[in-house]
Amino acid sequence: MRNIRIIAKREIMSYFATPLAFIFIVIFLALTGALAFYVGGFFTREQADLRPFFIYHPWIYLMLIPAIAMRLWAEERKTGTIEVLMTLPISVTEAVLGKYLAAWAFSGIALALTFPIWITVNVLGDPDNGVVMASYVGSLFMAGAFLAIGSCISAMTKNQVIAFIAAATVCFLFTMSGLELVLNFFRTWAPELLVRTVASMSFLTHFGAVMKGVIELRDIVFFTSLIVFWLFANIVIIDIRKAA
Amino acid sequence: MAEMIALKTLTKRFGPLVAVDGISLTVATGEVLGFLGPNGAGKSTTMRMVTGFIEPSSGTAEVAGLDVTQHPVEVKRRIGYLPEGAPTYGDMTPGSYLGFIAEIRGFDGAEKRRRIDAVVEKVELADVIRQPIETLSKGFKRRVGLAQAMLHDPDVLIMDEPTDGLDPNQKQQVRSLIREMSEQKAIVISTHILEEVEAVCTRAIIIAHGRLLADGKPDELVARAPNHNAVIMTVDAPKAGAVIRELEKLDTIAGVEMAAEADGLARLRVLPKNKLSIAADIGQLIRAKSFPVSEMFVEKGFLDDMFRDITTGGGKASSGGKEGGDA
Repeated sequence: MRNIRIIAKREIMSYFATPLAFIFIVIFLALTGALAFYVGGFFTREQADLRPFFIYHPWIYLMLIPAIAMRLWAEERKTGTIEVLMTLPISVTEAVLGKYLAAWAFSGIALALTFPIWITVNVLGDPDNGVVMASYVGSLFMAGAFLAIGSCISAMTKNQVIAFIAAATVCFLFTMSGLELVLNFFRTWAPELLVRTVASMSFLTHFGAVMKGVIELRDIVFFTSLIVFWLFANIVIIDIRKAA
Repeated sequence: MAEMIALKTLTKRFGPLVAVDGISLTVATGEVLGFLGPNGAGKSTTMRMVTGFIEPSSGTAEVAGLDVTQHPVEVKRRIGYLPEGAPTYGDMTPGSYLGFIAEIRGFDGAEKRRRIDAVVEKVELADVIRQPIETLSKGFKRRVGLAQAMLHDPDVLIMDEPTDGLDPNQKQQVRSLIREMSEQKAIVISTHILEEVEAVCTRAIIIAHGRLLADGKPDELVARAPNHNAVIMTVDAPKAGAVIRELEKLDTIAGVEMAAEADGLARLRVLPKNKLSIAADIGQLIRAKSFPVSEMFVEKGFLDDMFRDITTGGGKASSGGKEGGDA
């Protein structure tokens, strides 16, 4: 645990040592705000809830999370610091978890900084704060799942651009898999079981369920198992291919 | 003298390429082992296997009696490692970077401070302790890497080209640092530079194509260089012919070559028989004949020459291994 904490601390420090952290947070806040107010019709709906705010989170994450994740390992490979890191007395698991948790905590900070909109909706009306809380938790877990995918893909390359594009594509597939557009493509030839499996992988479906205010065990299990799976793959990749 | 590093037929293959081919050797405390060889010889790959960064394809590497693949964390605790190019986190300052290394190495509070202060003083980093590493000069970056490797005062210190890219003064500093530490540690450094081996190493090995070709004290290896103990002398060009004729009469001399000729001066290379010292004989001759010699020095030979000689000289290679077959 000690090593995970130390690695995470170093990682977080390096986010804030560069303009990256501030740019990310500013863009995240601007996008979530703009989409909620102008596209989501936060005011014109005349309902005291944060649905128009949360509904765009999967799409914002789709673009911004791979941008955080891309540097996690690709940069270490590119600059050669992976050789320093992996010859320190730590395990691969500790390194992967430390870096991942730092990135997740960072996206959590960005998410937490959207609190003014929660205050706003409470000033204007009388929202169901349980639903809002559940949506925040769901959003955080969804960010975690996107990040785990991004971290694993970042470990495969030393090119951050490749890491970004590949991660964004995989995240896009996970997000989209619940839409009729995608499901219809599978329905024409695949057995019902496969169609339902694909549909059940959708971030939109699971996040949609959470946004209704019910944190169901299976939604949390879904995001958690996705995170575990991708981080495990991440550890395996670093373990077998540290050099090059 | 405790054996700190022991390699047994250590081998690494990358697909069809054999990067390290059955290297066996031991390094004891108090030794400074110089790893010599051209680029791509397998120096870095060997070091990476000893430090646990990559796993050997076969054979074993032991540090302080512990197998690297079976006890990676234990081994890494005992090693200080400076990878090739001394990579560091550019956006951190030397202070925060060394703080991170100290914590990972298990030092907290006062002990952490003490360790960092000691190593910062040793490599003279105090002036730049608060500047981002990426803004520092190459020499400072290298020193940050050295500080990282030395911070926990390890029993085994492995440094891949520690003086590469440093200016002569900085090279000198790093070398005296290595000499200072050498008594209580087993140190392995890799280098291209022969004078560095002579300056700091108690023992040197030469590897090429992943094979160990020579192992011995630096002066023994230097003596293998083809031009070892050759004498270079500069004389007026018109007199060169006479000088050469007289020199060739000496029976300790194998031959005289014209090394260069410019501005009315001729530079001669006098090759000795059996690489024995001939400077005294030549000096005597110069005095006896009053030759106008403007410059004279003894060539010790360079790694490149020695290396070419050892790898292409066939029977001279101690392992007798043949080249090639691993492209």
